[in-house]
Amino acid sequence: MAEIFTKLQYYFSFPFVRYALIVGLLIALCSSLLGVTLVLKRFSFIGDGLSHVAFGAMAVASVVRLTNNMLLVLPVTVLSAVLLLRTGQNTKIKGDAAVAMISVGALAIGYMLMNLFPNSANISADVCSTLFGSTLILTLTPFDVWLCIGMSAVVLVMFVLFYNKIFSVTFDESFTKATGVNADAYNLVIAIITALIIVLAMNLVGSLLISALIIFPALSAMRLFRSFRGVMICSAVISVVCAAAGIIISILASTPVGSTIVSADIVVFLVFWLISAFTGRAKA
Amino acid sequence: MEQIICKDAALGYEDGIVTEELNFTVSSGDYLCILGENGSGKSTLIKALLGLKPQVRGEITYTNGFSSKEIGYLPQQTPVQRDFPASVREIVLSGCLSKTGFRPFYNAKEKELAHKNMHRLGICDLEKRCYRDLSGGQQQRVLLARALCATEKMLLLDEPVTGLDPHAQNDLYELIAKLNKSGITIIMVSHDISSAVKYASHILHIGRKQLFFGSKNDYMTSKIGRSFIETEAQENG
Ligand SMILES: Nc1ncnc2c1ncn2[C@@H]1O[C@H](COP(=O)(O)OP(=O)(O)OP(=O)(O)O)[C@@H](O)[C@H]1O
Ligand SMILES: [Mg+2]
Repeated sequence: MAEIFTKLQYYFSFPFVRYALIVGLLIALCSSLLGVTLVLKRFSFIGDGLSHVAFGAMAVASVVRLTNNMLLVLPVTVLSAVLLLRTGQNTKIKGDAAVAMISVGALAIGYMLMNLFPNSANISADVCSTLFGSTLILTLTPFDVWLCIGMSAVVLVMFVLFYNKIFSVTFDESFTKATGVNADAYNLVIAIITALIIVLAMNLVGSLLISALIIFPALSAMRLFRSFRGVMICSAVISVVCAAAGIIISILASTPVGSTIVSADIVVFLVFWLISAFTGRAKA
Repeated sequence: MEQIICKDAALGYEDGIVTEELNFTVSSGDYLCILGENGSGKSTLIKALLGLKPQVRGEITYTNGFSSKEIGYLPQQTPVQRDFPASVREIVLSGCLSKTGFRPFYNAKEKELAHKNMHRLGICDLEKRCYRDLSGGQQQRVLLARALCATEKMLLLDEPVTGLDPHAQNDLYELIAKLNKSGITIIMVSHDISSAVKYASHILHIGRKQLFFGSKNDYMTSKIGRSFIETEAQENG
């Protein structure tokens, strides 16, 4: 036990490990809050689609050798989020088909570009780290960390300020619209927050596992909690605890950060699922 | 006192007109029942009245200071809502949202209003329960309480009794009649002709165009009214 503790202490003496922990916890917190809304709105697929778009943009950014690839990835993803949400409301193009089309397309083109214009000798390792975020999080600069803190703060403040509006738009969009509330504006807010979080989370778990970070804590919380506020809080707690556990375990056992966090989320989901299955029904 | 005047309105989507030649008025205290076959455009009309879907032609005007935002709305239930993890209190309170404006939280007055409406619909003891664990009839009461938080003037209900057992249907009809007596205008879409003629004061019957608008008594003696009542009676055994 003492040995583990000394080992952790040793690792946390490096600033980049501390950065990784801060960023990881913040992203986990934001994505879990958003996840509740996305899952309930039947929008969980949008996270998946957007993360692939972000992967494609990342590939383009590295091909044209942008020094700060965020400058390309962020606007492209936000734009796609807004567009995808629009087509979701359009009756002509099916929303889910549009998402699938864009996400697979972006993934394929991104991979192709990385192959055609390789930046380093080991393409498959490059692709793997972009998809699964295996080492990215340990290469964060102080600028990345501050960017992440800033964006997380924006997301959290938006959540607190718009909590009641987000609830109402999620539960019943047409009622909300009918009472004269500008529901479309809040949908836009949700789309932009989604894009911000996905771009942030790419650094942590890579673009393939983002959906897991968004969906698992929300689904676990919904097993046991029966009020919107309860689900939100529980989901946030689960996500932060799993992220912390995942990061620490990955350091101790030298496993990939992203997959370790997601594995922790899966374990919690299974435990919650078992509890709800055995207790039958749960308290509010 | 007239609240809504619909003049020669036509409703439809990109692929064509659904129903047209709609001419009717709704006055304060009315109980208007909208009848029509599946797909005749009843829900579309509701969306038009709420201002969610503009009419293709014609005019829908709100008079005497009334506005489409003062309509409390009870939608046809969607599957998303049926398993939504939210407490009754959270849902009823969300009816006050339009009163909050840019304020992020509900104030004491709005919480009081939510409580008053829960009391009025007899769901105070359900306050902390989860919406998805309630029976269909209880869920409709919760949504009614929410609608009442949004308005005291007019309620628009889209097939509120669908999926309820006969007893719960009856309770809900009585409750709505009680709200109507307290001065709230009711507009209800219904398939249930017998309770429509029992409770409503006015009937609007639509098909590809407006087939009838007038008082309930006129409807029951009109040709279309009699034939519709007869076929429904036969179908119900
Ligand atoms: N979003 C839409 N886009 C295009 N057409 C639509 C849309 N919604 C409904 N319609 C069409 O408009 C017509 C009227 O639909 P509406 O939902 O108003 O019928 P309804 O009278 O409410 O039927 P029901 O009794 O089944 O509820 C239908 O033919 C339907 O196919
Ligand atoms: Mg309908």
